[in-house]
Amino acid sequence: MSHTVSIREVIKKFGDFTAVDKISIEINQGEFFTLLGPSGCGKTTLLRAIAGFNKMDGGEIAFSGSVINNVPAHKRDIGMVFQNYAIFPHMTVKENIAYGLKAKKVPRPEIERRTEEALEMVQIAPLKDRKPSELSGGQQQRVALARAFVIEPRVLLMDEPLSNLDAKLRVQMRTTIKKLQRTLGITTIYVTHDQEEALAVSDRIAVMKDGHIMQVGSPEEVYRRPANRFVAGFIGTSNFIDCEAKTEGSETTLRISSDYGVKVKTKRPIDGPAVIAGRPEQLFFSDGEGIPGEITISTFLGDFVEYEILTESGQTLQLNEYTKDVGSVRPDGQKVHLRFDPKAISLIDPKTEEVISDFGG
Amino acid sequence: MKTKGLDKKPRDIWSLMKIIIFVVILLSIVWPLSTIVFRSVTNKFGEFTFENFGKFFSHQYYFNVLENTMFVAGWTTVISVVLGVWIAYVLSRYDFKCKRILNMLIILSLMSPPFIGAYSWILLFGRSGWVTTAAYNWFGWTLPTIYGKWGIVSVFICKMFPYVYLFTSSALGSIDSSLEEAAENLGASKWRRMLSVTFPVVSPSILAGAVLVFMSAVSDFGTPMLIGENYKVLATLVYEQYMSEIGTSSNFASAVSMIVIALCAILLLAQKWYLNRKNYNMTCMRPPAPVKLSWGKRIVMLLPVLLVVLIALLPQIVVVVTSFKNCNGPYFVEGWSLNSYQMIFTRMVRAIKNTYSFSLIAIVFMVVIGSITAYITVRKRSFTTGVIDILLMIPYVIPGAVMGLALIIAFNRAPFYWAGTAIIMILCYTIRKIPYTVRSASGFLQQMELSVEEASINLGVSPGKTFFKITLPLMLPGVVSGAILSWIETINELSSSIMLYTGKTITMSVAIYNEVARNSFGTAAAMASILTLSAVIMLIVFNKVSKGRVSIV
Ligand SMILES: Nc1ncnc2c1ncn2[C@@H]1O[C@H](COP(=O)(O)OP(=O)(O)O)[C@@H](O)[C@H]1O
Ligand SMILES: [Mg+2]
Repeated sequence: MSHTVSIREVIKKFGDFTAVDKISIEINQGEFFTLLGPSGCGKTTLLRAIAGFNKMDGGEIAFSGSVINNVPAHKRDIGMVFQNYAIFPHMTVKENIAYGLKAKKVPRPEIERRTEEALEMVQIAPLKDRKPSELSGGQQQRVALARAFVIEPRVLLMDEPLSNLDAKLRVQMRTTIKKLQRTLGITTIYVTHDQEEALAVSDRIAVMKDGHIMQVGSPEEVYRRPANRFVAGFIGTSNFIDCEAKTEGSETTLRISSDYGVKVKTKRPIDGPAVIAGRPEQLFFSDGEGIPGEITISTFLGDFVEYEILTESGQTLQLNEYTKDVGSVRPDGQKVHLRFDPKAISLIDPKTEEVISDFGG
Repeated sequence: MKTKGLDKKPRDIWSLMKIIIFVVILLSIVWPLSTIVFRSVTNKFGEFTFENFGKFFSHQYYFNVLENTMFVAGWTTVISVVLGVWIAYVLSRYDFKCKRILNMLIILSLMSPPFIGAYSWILLFGRSGWVTTAAYNWFGWTLPTIYGKWGIVSVFICKMFPYVYLFTSSALGSIDSSLEEAAENLGASKWRRMLSVTFPVVSPSILAGAVLVFMSAVSDFGTPMLIGENYKVLATLVYEQYMSEIGTSSNFASAVSMIVIALCAILLLAQKWYLNRKNYNMTCMRPPAPVKLSWGKRIVMLLPVLLVVLIALLPQIVVVVTSFKNCNGPYFVEGWSLNSYQMIFTRMVRAIKNTYSFSLIAIVFMVVIGSITAYITVRKRSFTTGVIDILLMIPYVIPGAVMGLALIIAFNRAPFYWAGTAIIMILCYTIRKIPYTVRSASGFLQQMELSVEEASINLGVSPGKTFFKITLPLMLPGVVSGAILSWIETINELSSSIMLYTGKTITMSVAIYNEVARNSFGTAAAMASILTLSAVIMLIVFNKVSKGRVSIV
C-alpha cells in the first residue's frame, strides 16, 4: 500500500543560506506529484530530505501520518531514481535490479520472478546480463527505474531523471514513466526544471522558487490560473502588458492604450498601474479597437503560426494563431491591432506580484 | 516551531574511525616528530638551549654541508625539469609506437633502489670502473672523476627526472585541445603558443614535479654516501651525527633534522603560494591528438629521448648483468655463473626474508588504514579529516633519515621499547609509504559518484553494509594500485632503514648498501636484481589493475 506524504514546515540550511524555507505540502496516496522550479531553487534538497540523505534544520516529514524524521535512509522504504542514474558499475543489469530485493531478504524464486517482470516492464529484458558500461543513456535510465520500483516502495522519488537524455528519448521516456506510475499506483515525487515535462506527467505540480513554494495545483490550474507573476512567466509563455487599473464597484477597468480598455473582475480593489499576463494563444488580431503594433517577424510552425509584434508603446508581444482557424499567414511589417479575452488573462498587482484576478472559483 | 536536533547525526562507525586514525597518527607521527623538535632545542641534560643551532651556523664545515645540499638539489632540479618537460612534450604530442614501453621504462628508473644508480656508476666510471679503465687503456684518456658533487647530481637526475616527466605528461594530457586550437586560430606561432598557452597551464604540474625532485634530492641518503666521498650533504650529516652520538642524546642530529624539515616546509609553502595565485581548473574535454611525423623527423625527435631513457636505465642493466658475473672477492673475473645468487641465498637469507615479510605486513596495515582514511577524507569531510590529510603527508615529505631518527628517539623508552625490533621498521614503512595508497584510493573515490552509495542505502542496505558491498569493490582497484606503489617503495627504502636496523632486522636495501661499502659487488648486484625484478613484476600488475587511472606520483 503506498503512502501519503506530509511535508510540514521543512527547513534546510547550508550555513547561513536557507535552501528550503518552511515548505509544507500534502501529497495524496498514489499521486504523481512534481516539484518544478528553476535550477538552484531547492528541489533536490527537499527530495533528499524526504529520502533521508539530508539532515533537516526544522519541520517534519510524515508518511501516512507517522513522522519519519528519525528513520534512517535505508529503512524508509523509498525508491529513488537519481539524476545520473547511479547504477552500480560492477554489477550486471539484472544484479542491479535484484540488489534491493536481496537486501530485503526476499526468497530467491520471487527475486527471480520480480526481476524478470521489472525487466519486461521497462523493456530491457534482452540486456539483463550486460554491464552498465555497455548500455546507452536511455537504457541505463531504464535500469535505474526498474531498480527503484522493483522493491515496491511506498514512495518513489525521481530527481530530474530525464535531464541527461536527448530530446526525443526524453518525450518517449516520460510517457513510459507516467504509464508505469499509473500501473503501479506508487505515490511519486518527481523533480524537474522543465515546465513542459512537468505539465505532461503530473497530477499536481508545486512550483518552487528560492526555497519557497509559489503555487500548488494541477497542470491546468498552474497554467491557466497562475498565482503570481513568477508562475505566469515560468510555466508556458506569457506576455506581460502594462495597464492602468481602476476598481469601481464590482468591476475593474483596465486601460491598455488610449482607445483600448477592458473590464475584469478582481479579488480586491486596485487603483493604479497593473500588469496583464496573457498567453500567446489568448491574444487575437482585432479589426477594430486594440493595442496598436506592427508584426516584426512571423514563424510558420505547421499547426500554428507564431507572430512577434512590436507595440507602439515599445513592448514585444507574442501571439499564436492556429493554422486551422485562419486562412493565411500575415506578412511581416503589417500594422495590426491586438486584443484579448478578458476572462482568460491574469491581472497582476505589481506591488505584490500576485495575481488578483477573480476567476470565479 | 523549530524541531531542531530531530535528525541528530547518529554516532556512526565512521566517527569512531576518525578518532582511531587521528590517535594513531598522533602517536606514530606527531609525537616522534615533536621529540625531535624538543631534542633540537635542548642539551643532553634536557635544558633549553639554542646551542645546537648555534653550532650548526657557526661552523664553516656545517654551513658548507648546507651549501652542498642546496647545490646538488638545485642543479638536479633544474636539469630534471628540462629533461622531464622536454620528454613529456615529445612523447605526448607526437605519435610513436614505442610510447607505452618508454613510459614504463621511465617509471622503472624511478622505482629503482635509490643507491643502485650510484653503485652502477662507480662500476662504470669509478676509479677502476670499466669505462674509465677502457678509456685509459685504449685511448689514453683520463675521464673526469665521478666522485663528488657532479657524480651525485648525475645519479640524481637519472633517477628523479621521471617525477617531472610524469607530472608534466599528465598535465599535457589534460589540456583541452580547443585551448591550443583557439590560440592557433588567433594566429599564434607554434613557439608562442607553447609559451603563452601550453606552458602556463602545465606550470603548476611542472612545479609540483620540481618540488618533489628537490625534496628527494635533499633526502636521498645512499647516493651521496656512496659516490660523494668527502662531499657531505644534510642527509648524510644527520646519519653521521646520529652514529657518532649513539649512546648520547642526539641533540645535534635533531637540530640538523629540524633544518632539513624547515627547508622542505619552505619549499612546500612556496609551491602552495604559487598554486593559489594561479589556479587553472582544467576539466578535460578532448585531449589533443598526437601528431604523426615523417620517419626522418621521428628519428630526430625520438633518438635523444631514447638516449636519455637508456642512460637512466643503465644502472639497472649494469646491475642485472653483473649479478651473473663471476666474482673473486671485490673483483669481477672472467665467466658467468649464479654464484652471487647462491651466496645471497645462503648468507643473506635473513635480509631477503625480512624485506618481504616486513613489507607485506606493512602493506596490510597500509591497505586497511589507507582505505579507511581515503573514505573518511573524501566522504566524511570535516575539520578532523583535513588535519588527518595533512599529517599523513608529513612522513612522506620528510627525509627518511629524519623520520628514522624521530622514531628511534620516541620509541626507545617506556612504554615502547621498540628500537631494534621489527615493529619499529614496519611502523616506519607504514607511515612513510602509506600516502601512495591513500592518494590512489581517494582518487578512485572522488571519481565515483556519491549517489551510487546513496542508491544502495536507498534500496534498504545500511551504510555499513553499503561500504562493503558497493564502495569497497569500486574503490579496490585504486587501493590495490596504490598498495603496489607503496610496496615497491617499501622494499627499496634505505634512508630510514639504515637508521633503524639491527643485525636481526636487516633488510635487502641495507644489505646491498653494506655489501657495496665492503666492495662486495656481486652479491649487491644479485640482491638489487631481485628488488628490480620484484618492482617490474608489480609494475606490470599495477598497469593491469589501474588501467591508467592512477598516477604514479
Ligand atoms: N551540500 C551543499 N552545500 C551548500 N549549498 C548547497 C548544497 N547543496 C545544495 N546547496 C545549495 O542549495 C540550493 C538549492 O540546491 P538544490 O536543491 O540542488 O537545487 P535544485 O535541485 O533545485 O537545482 C542551491 O543554491 C545550492 O547551491
Ligand atoms: Mg537538482
